[in-house]
Formats: sequence, structure tokens, C-alpha cells
Amino acid sequence: MLARNNPQLNRHEELIHLLSIEGLPQPVLHHILDTAGTFLSVNEREVKKVPLLRGKSVFNLFFENSTRTRTTFEIAAKRLSADVINLDIARSSTAKGESLLDTIANLSAMHADMFVVRHGESGAPYLIAQHCAPHVHVVNAGDGRHAHPTQGLLDMYTIRHYKRDFRNLVVAVVGDIVHSRVARSDIHALTTLGVPEIRAVGPKTLVPSDLKEMGVRVCHDMSEGIRGADVIIMLRLQNERMSGAMLPSAGEFFKTYGLTAEKLALAKPDAIVMHPGPINRGVEIDSAVADGTQSVILPQVTFGIAVRMAVMSIIAGNTP
Amino acid sequence: MSTLHLDAEALYGELLAAMRALVQPGSALVGIWRGGAWLAERLHRDLQLAGEHGVITSALHRDDFSSRGLAASADPTRLPFEVDGRHIVLVDDVLYTGRTIRAVINELYDFGRPASVTLVVLVDRGGRELPICAACSAARVTLPAGQRLRLARATDGRFSFEIR
Repeated sequence: MLARNNPQLNRHEELIHLLSIEGLPQPVLHHILDTAGTFLSVNEREVKKVPLLRGKSVFNLFFENSTRTRTTFEIAAKRLSADVINLDIARSSTAKGESLLDTIANLSAMHADMFVVRHGESGAPYLIAQHCAPHVHVVNAGDGRHAHPTQGLLDMYTIRHYKRDFRNLVVAVVGDIVHSRVARSDIHALTTLGVPEIRAVGPKTLVPSDLKEMGVRVCHDMSEGIRGADVIIMLRLQNERMSGAMLPSAGEFFKTYGLTAEKLALAKPDAIVMHPGPINRGVEIDSAVADGTQSVILPQVTFGIAVRMAVMSIIAGNTP
Repeated sequence: MSTLHLDAEALYGELLAAMRALVQPGSALVGIWRGGAWLAERLHRDLQLAGEHGVITSALHRDDFSSRGLAASADPTRLPFEVDGRHIVLVDDVLYTGRTIRAVINELYDFGRPASVTLVVLVDRGGRELPICAACSAARVTLPAGQRLRLARATDGRFSFEIR
């Protein structure tokens, strides 16, 4: 349904908001990844700034805390010459009882051109995109359990950087998949880009069974899940999940699903290890692996800035 | 349909001859993506210049970004030499409004401060909207505003012009 009437695309199939990877055509994804390649080189120049968003105001609306994602969006917007306004919204207007749409109406009256939104409720960025002025663009920086499209895109950029072609890969996504918007965005992107084998690896309580309908192979056995993989995407085990009786303990989880050098040896010798961060050493990943030669966790952060620059400049250049 | 006939290969020969007098020690050729990049590649080889030529794109500094958006396909700028203190020779296939050149000069300065910047083009079609002129052009033509003129390169490397 989304693909037919996708609020992220204008009638020329050009991106005007980035809300979810679901429903985005493959050429749009490749265009973002290609553009990110251009911006990667900008970040290595003497002058790390281009004037594409000069005179535009980007509002970072983080209803949920996230220092890292907010900072990378801020760096990306500033390298595009935008003015960046960070609103610690969780502690201000919402706390005073203002509704989401009233907050948006007020910020629009301050002549915002783009909202970067992180929200605990799935769908909040959609609501904002539907109610803001036509010239305003919205980027979803993570909504509830639903989507984290820029993380999904930077993961795809990382995979393409190291593996070149998506069409012959085995990709294993490991850990707390049921609560992970990153996993959801990754799986949609990997599917769209033509990855032939996607595996979701984790305990029954943390892997949704309906993934099979999306063509994903569900593995509850870690060795089976990562054997022969080209790419291993580890997910952060959120401490708050521990209390919900979904897991016996962090130590227990590490023993079964934590990525150690021994388990990594089951994957292809040139397999890469990814993680959206922040990592819990000794919970989902062993230090030796996180700091090892197959880890591309820090390059992911570098690529993330270029990908966010690409997304912001592409949507800002397209009209509804 | 246009009756204009431009022999790109003959014009290239003229440009090459003019360039021999123009380049100096320490000159670096920088071709403007895309036609200019092809020209710079061939000029660099034919002039037997040392080092590598550069390629530059106007995409990140265009003044029509808000109406046209980001170009779908442009190779990123690649300047495999120190820009500071170099005599930069920008090479393009067609000079028209001058807006691409303005954008490209801004792009160039993101990499350093060149000693000088010179522009050479295969064809100058007039219609300037900015105070920019080429040090050297192999031909001057007049075309209707709506018509597009650009260089094409065959698989054997030979140049021709596309007029649409």
C-alpha cells in the first residue's frame, strides 16, 4: 500500500521526506548511496563545507535522547551550511503538555525548513510530514520500534563499500530484533537491494516469527545463523529488555548469542562485523571482535555523516 | 533541427595547438565533469604533462540547487595534486552562461588557494550571465537559448558534438 501512495515521494518518484526505507524503490536507495560517496570526499577536504543548504534552518527534534545520532545529524547539516537548532524537546514543551502538532506548528512559525525527528512513538515523523507546510522536509531519526532509515542507509553504504555487490551476499542480523528499528530498516533495505539471503538470529523471545513472510530466514541457533555469512550486523541489547523476563541475564545472552572470535570463525574469512552503537562489550559482542580487524564499526560512524548529508541535500532539492 | 556543423576533432586540434603556448611549468589541467574531463584527459596526454589531471564537478556549488535539486549522476571532484600555489587551467567543452564556471571556482577553493585560474574551452556559445571569459576557445557560435550543445565521446575516443 505504502509503495502506491508513498508520502516520502513526489509525483516524479523523487524523495521529499525520509520516513522509512520500506516502499522506497531501488533507484532511490542507490541514488542516496552514490550521493553519499560524493560527500564522503567533502569530509576529507581542507574546507569541509558546501553551500547546498545555506540559509536553511534544520531543527533537530529529539523527543527521545540520543547524543550520537543527534550529533551526526548536526555535523551533517552544518557541513551543508545549514543553521542547526537543537531542541531538547523531551524536557521542554512536551513536558508542559503541548501536543506534538502544536509543537510543530510553533516551530514552523519560526521558519523551519527541515525537521529531523526522533520519537518514542512509531509513526510520529509521518504525522509531522502530513501536517507541516509543503516546503518543509522531514527526516526520521528513529521512531519507536518502527524505523531508523538513516541507520539502515549507512549500513547499506558500509556493506557496499566493503562488498561492492549486494546480489551475492549472506547477511546475518543478530540479537534483539523484535525491539530494533535498525533491524527493521536494515531488512527492508537489504531486501530492496537484492540480497539473496537474510538471516535473523536470536532467541525466540527476541525474533518476531512473521519475518519469514518477508523472506528472512529465522535462526535460533547462533552457529547456524552466522555460518558462511559475508556480513554480520550485531544489534545492541537494550538493558531495559532484561527486566521484561525476555532474557534470563546478560551473561546468559552473551554465552549463546554474543559474538566472540570463536563464533566469528564460522563466517566467511573476509566477513565484516557491524554494529549501530553504542556497543555493550561482553553482552552482545566481545571486545576482541569489536576491536578486531573484521570490525567496521567506526567506519560506519564516518559513513553515517556522509549518508545523512546525502539524505538532507537530496530531499531539500526536491519540491513536493 | 540545427544546420550548425561543428567538427569536434578539428576544433580539438586547434585547442591543443593554442594550449602549447598557454601551459607553463607548474600548470595543472582540471576538466569540468563531464565533457571537460574528457578533454582534459586527452590534452594532458597530448601535451605530455607530468603528474595527473584533475576532474571537478559543479554539483555542490550550483546556484540552481533549490529549483533543480542535486544532480543524479556526477563523479565527485578528484584533484590528485596540491591546489595551493598551482596554476590551474580549467577545461570545459562549452562555455555558455558562466554559472558552471562560477560554481567550479568555488569548488576549487575548497581544496586550497591556487596561484592562478585560467579557463579554456572548445566552444564559446556566448550568452554570458556573469563576468567570465575564456583565455582560449577554438570556436565561437551562436545558438538559440533553448538549444543544448555538448561534447560526446565515442568508444574509440573520438569527439563529436551533440546538438539538441
